[in-house]
Parts: sequence; structure tokens; C-alpha cells
Amino acid sequence: MSDAILALDNVSKTFGRGDNPVYAARSVSFGLHAGRTLALVGESGSGKTTAARLIMREYTPDEGQLLFRGTPLGKANAKALKAYRASVQMVFQDPFAALNPTHTIRYHLERPLRLHQPKLNAKERTAAIEELLTRVKLDPALLMPKYPHELSGGQRQRISIARALAVNPQVIVADEPTSMLDVSVRLGILNLLNDMKAQLGLALLYITHDIATARYVAEDIMVMYAGQIVEWGNTESVLTNPQHPYTRLLLSAVPDPDRRFSDTRFSEELNRIEIIRRQSALPQPETREVAKNHFIRPMPE
Amino acid sequence: MTDPVLSIRNLNIDYIGAEKDFHAVKDVSFDIAPGEFFGLAGESGCGKSTIAFAVSRLHRPPALIRKGSQILVGGRDVLALDDNELRSFRWREVAMVFQSAMNSLNPVLTIETQFYDVLRAHSRISRAEARTRAAELLKLVDISPDRLSSYPHQCSGGMRPRIVIAICLALNPKLLIMDEPTTALDVVVQREILQRIDVLRKELGFSVLFITHDLGLMVQVSDRIGIMLEGELVEVNDAQTIYRTPQHAYTKRLWASMPKLHGEQIREGAQS
Repeated sequence: MSDAILALDNVSKTFGRGDNPVYAARSVSFGLHAGRTLALVGESGSGKTTAARLIMREYTPDEGQLLFRGTPLGKANAKALKAYRASVQMVFQDPFAALNPTHTIRYHLERPLRLHQPKLNAKERTAAIEELLTRVKLDPALLMPKYPHELSGGQRQRISIARALAVNPQVIVADEPTSMLDVSVRLGILNLLNDMKAQLGLALLYITHDIATARYVAEDIMVMYAGQIVEWGNTESVLTNPQHPYTRLLLSAVPDPDRRFSDTRFSEELNRIEIIRRQSALPQPETREVAKNHFIRPMPE
Repeated sequence: MTDPVLSIRNLNIDYIGAEKDFHAVKDVSFDIAPGEFFGLAGESGCGKSTIAFAVSRLHRPPALIRKGSQILVGGRDVLALDDNELRSFRWREVAMVFQSAMNSLNPVLTIETQFYDVLRAHSRISRAEARTRAAELLKLVDISPDRLSSYPHQCSGGMRPRIVIAICLALNPKLLIMDEPTTALDVVVQREILQRIDVLRKELGFSVLFITHDLGLMVQVSDRIGIMLEGELVEVNDAQTIYRTPQHAYTKRLWASMPKLHGEQIREGAQS
């Protein structure tokens, strides 16, 4: 963990008070490493996006802390925080909502450059924008004067990635970056993220509910349910040999053309799902190593 | 072979534009047999939803179905129905679950009232009979009849699409059209819903026209699949053939762009 660029150390976050609190993060710990992608998978409401928001400091942890290059962020001053924001960037789910419809693409990419690299003159900024657009495989001359509505979903997501790259970040948090794109466009975006990771040595957190794409981009994977990471480790090991009942449930539900729907008694199956869900939502404080670099939090008996 | 539930021949649909018309559906023909689960796949803008809307005559200007197109449901010419006939045709013959089915319930009416609306509009039925029927229908989709007095916001995201489906089945339609009914849902809930539909169509014998861009899911549930590209139906075959031995280059490219969950990974850079 020590060489992680960014780490969450036992972070908890609870929403609501009284009888019915929502545990959005429960003792969550993980580290992001240069040149590696960590996937965070789980169903809606499992706490994936909360993890992203904790990293982006939109939420402050109730317990635990964020470590940036080994230093706790809690006491960071304004200057350190600005440096943190330049180092940690986010790509959002909805490429239609993430760009301002009243501004050109040039403006979107120029703004982070002005804020974080104030020494650049106009000519250098233009050159930097051109380089960014080329990096995400878009034609600078064609795209710069355009407005978001003139772009396809895939092009917009490339702009979001270019905007994140504008500040030379070390960490990118991508929250469902392909879920709103067509199948044929998805792969291009995933390949782009892979290229960026390899070329720029970025540490990537890839949040998704599409486990097949997680397998495509991520060396390591974490499965989250009810705010807890119930299973984590090497992607191939977790996916081929899932140990936690919730991981197995999730994997069995993933669309898979190799398995036709069976005629199993449906209500029995629903009961099984309910039981697993209820038990997985209980606190699971222990950690057990089930294989090399493959851990679970076993369910309480 | 028995007569198809749905028979589409030479369907051409244009979106009329100020300068130029957009030819959204180009000479599409296919049949759906009784009890069959038929999948229609393709990317955004390929015309798949346009076809779904046309089958229940829900398309609106500027969409225009061209002369020579034919849509038969149970042998009846849908394009020739007048307003009265259309009213009894919808729900009774063909019912449709819209995209983001979660949001197609009326937020200010109870679930019971929404069942009553449909049942009342199409048959002479008392409030009490409607309640009994609604309770039966909810049971079909594994929802407790206590829910009848709930409002949509009190039901979970997984329950709402199932309620919509139950309402769609109220009048025993021959054909259920589902236009990306589970896109906004996560995989566990999606699987619950589709598996339920699969069981129901075997029990009740209705056919399904299922629209999605998730090919993997489609192969799991469908008997036959049609692949659409820019308004044309480029390949129609049984689901396993579409998956294992796709014929059309576009179908092959679609598969090549989908990361796999297990086994050998697709090669990077399988560009379209």
C-alpha cells in the first residue's frame, strides 16, 4: 500500500441519522498505483459513486482518511489542495451533462489550463489544446470551435477525458464512463483509457457495473455492496474464482451469451438473492486471503 | 408453421425534414411466431425504436410510414385501423413497455388506479373486480398485492418496471413490445425482470419483441434475433447462430467490440 499515489484508509461515510442510516462507505481501504487500473464494481446504490466523491473531496469522510503520496489530506492547506485537484481528475458518466452547452470545446479545454498553468501564453495554450485533442484521437482544427451538441456521445466522452488530462494528473477517477455509449463506441473509449494509463503512467479508478469491461481494462478489481468492499484482488482470480456469495450472485446476473436463461424456479431464486443481499449488508469486519492477491470479507455466520 | 403474431413486410419509415427526409427504416421485413421471443438489436439511431412505435401505431409526425409498407398483427392490417379500432387494438393485441419503464407510471396515482385505468378503458369491469385482477397480475411478477395502495415513488427501481409489465399483461395481449426496458437498471435487477418475462411468456403464450443494444443479454433470452444497421435489417437468425456463426460483417464487428467476461479476451483495437 505504501507506494500508492492515492489511498483510502478505513474510510466510512454514513448518510442520514436516526433509525435508518445509509452506510455508503464502511471501512473502505484501497490504493491506486501508477500505471495500474483498479475497477470498482457493484450494483446501483452499493456506494461506488460515494467512493469517487470521497476521493474528489466532495464528501469528507466520517472516519478514516485519504492519503496522497503517503500524506494525510485532512490537514492540507489551500495550496496543497490545489495541487491535489491538479493531480486527481474525474471523468463522469454522462457525457451529455458533463460539458457546458454554451461553451465551445476550446473553452472547455482552455479553462483548466488557465487555472493550473497560468504561465502559459495564448499561443502555448492553443498548442496544448491541440496536443490534448490529438491525444484523445480527435481532429483539433475541426473540434475546437464546436459546441457540445454538435458532437456524438463518444466524441464528448473523449473531450471529458482530454479535459481531465489538461492538468497533467496522476490519478483519474472514471465513473461509468461508457455506460451511456453505444457498444461499438465503448471499446474506443476503453482503449483510450488503457493507452493513457500506459503512456502517461496514470493511476486509474474505473467504476462500473459492467464487469466484462472491468475485466478488459483493470488489473485489479473490487466488488462493493452496501458500502463494503466484500471481495477484491487480481481481476482474473476474482472473476474466475469468486468466493463471496454476493460476487457470485453479481457474476451470475451479468449478461452472458454462453448461458441461456434456465427455467429454475424463479421465486426460489428471488429468495436466494434476498438472503444474500440481506447478509451481505451486515458488517463484515474480518478479512481472509483466499488466494495470492485475492481477499474476501467472509459473511457472518 | 402457424400464422405469425406479427408480420412486417417492406416497412419503410421516413422522418420528414424541411430540406431532406431521413430514411429511418429501409424495407424491413420479419415475422414473429406465437410465443416467440424476438430480439431487435442495433445502435442508437438505427431505427429499432421507430419500428416498435410503428407496430402499435404510436409513431407521430414527422415520422411517416411509406405506402407499400405492411404490418399485420394476428392477420389484421394495423396500418388500416381507424381510431376506434386502434383503441381496442392497443393493450388488447399489442402492449408496450417503454424505455426507462421506471418512469412511465403516473406519480400521483396509486398502483391500483393505474391498473383500473387500463382495465376500465378496455372492458366493463367493476372496481372490485379490477382490484382482484390487479392483485393476480402483481402476483405474476412476484409483487405482493399490498402494493396496490402504494404510489410509484414508494416502490423500488426494480419493482416499477415489473408493475409496468403487469399492467401491460392486464388484457392478455398477443404481443409484448419492450423497448430497452431495463437499460437504467443494474444487472441483478435486470436479470430478475427478464427471467420473469421469459417464464411468463412460456406460461401465458404471448410473443415478445425485445429491443436493446446489449447483444449478450439478447442472446441469453431471445429465440431469434434481428440485427439492424442504419435502418436496414442486415441479418435475422436464431440466437445461437447470431452468436456463434454470425454471417454479416456488421454482426461480427459488434461481437468484436464487446469485452468478454471469461475465456480469451477480444483483441485490443478491434475497431469498427
